[in-house]
Amino acid sequence: MLVSTVNGSLRRVSPGWIYLAGLIPLAWIVWLAVSNGLGVDPVKEIEHRLGKVALWFLMGGLAITPARRFFGLNLIRYRRAIGLIAFFYLCLHLAAWVVLDMTLLWEQALRDLVKRPYLYLGLAGFVSLIPLAATSNNASVRKLGRNWRRLHWLVYPAVGFGVIHYLMQMKVVSTEGWAWAAAFTALMAVRVTARAFPTRR
Amino acid sequence: QAKIAARPSAYSTDAKPNTFEEITTYNNFYEFGWDKSDPARHAGKLRTDPWSVEIGGLVERPGSYALEDILKNVTLEERIYRLRCVEAWAMVIPWIGFPLADLLNRAGVQPGAKYVAFETLLRPEEMPGQRGGGIDWPYVEGLRLDEAMHPLTILASGLYGEELPKQNGAPLRLVVPWKYGFKSIKSIVKITLTEAEPRTTWKSLQPREYGFYANVNPEVDHPRWSQATERRIGAGLFAKREPTLMFNGYADEVTGLYAGMDLRVKY
Repeated sequence: MLVSTVNGSLRRVSPGWIYLAGLIPLAWIVWLAVSNGLGVDPVKEIEHRLGKVALWFLMGGLAITPARRFFGLNLIRYRRAIGLIAFFYLCLHLAAWVVLDMTLLWEQALRDLVKRPYLYLGLAGFVSLIPLAATSNNASVRKLGRNWRRLHWLVYPAVGFGVIHYLMQMKVVSTEGWAWAAAFTALMAVRVTARAFPTRR
Repeated sequence: QAKIAARPSAYSTDAKPNTFEEITTYNNFYEFGWDKSDPARHAGKLRTDPWSVEIGGLVERPGSYALEDILKNVTLEERIYRLRCVEAWAMVIPWIGFPLADLLNRAGVQPGAKYVAFETLLRPEEMPGQRGGGIDWPYVEGLRLDEAMHPLTILASGLYGEELPKQNGAPLRLVVPWKYGFKSIKSIVKITLTEAEPRTTWKSLQPREYGFYANVNPEVDHPRWSQATERRIGAGLFAKREPTLMFNGYADEVTGLYAGMDLRVKY
């Protein structure tokens, strides 16, 4: 009942609004930065907040299929917007690392990158999302046909790398860290069970 | 509020100290939570009066030393020290304290003692972080005896002319300025002189990442990040990273302690 009401009212919300709403977290971070609201270490705050926002959207994107399967909630037409917003925040997260954190010390940044698993796992996640972002338009979907689905399967390892990257940068994994890991595991598990036990239609 | 009387010290740096706000709202004190803003939020509940320090092990006069009694018998100095966190950020902090050696000498170090072990208060009712997992509470740290007796090594009881705020390790904390910040254990309740190297919290959690010595060293990287540079807290959004100095800039005073030691192995 509720689900069909939601699905019904969503019909009037075009995906364009999602892109606009996706800018709210950025606006919030910018507002905090200019109003001195990021505390004593704004660099780390900006960097971490951007990464965390990307994680919300990545996990949100992965939740769309199970949401339809288990609750009948139809959000499929917002999935592209959610994925692209996540990619946008990852670009900003990476830029914050290079410009604000490493302060353009390229040599140290590159040395860090090749030596440290949490950094190159994060980057691997980002790099594997580049072709997905690049093919997230109708023309590519048509041109690639079945290969589009195959290519976009990359989102699973990409988000997996992202979650590991997030956990590994902590000195000790916090409760919140474990919660994100559990959420990712659950989202993957429902896909495996969906394959093993297809629902009857 | 009355300022604590403290003598200036020749060991102070002439670098500009961070603000009181920066020093008291950006803390790693996991007993009060994981986030750096948690200690300032939650440390208010901590009761620091009465307070005493149990001194034991290889000492002539073991026992419980009341805080007032400890402070009555020492000369407080202001020590403006550089602080370098293992996470590669740095601050300058105007501590008020006294040499740890003064207290150890009062307790009388026995000839067989080689190390000093420290323990933080264990009181989960007042320290919410201790109710969670992840770390085997209480927090423990240690120094080699010669490091502990070094004149740079102090016990701090004040900051910026005031009593030490709770989030900074009240009422009594260690400050060892040439080592990464986690060595400078907070809210100390127990000091034990030992013959063997004591267990330390971070080393037992991640021995590959945190060693017993934990001397600031730009040439020995943390496995997950470089220690060659540091970010100065309060320097602004677009400030350049600064090069990290050997022994955090205290090389002239402490290099001798590590003569003949391979600092890549004993990190």
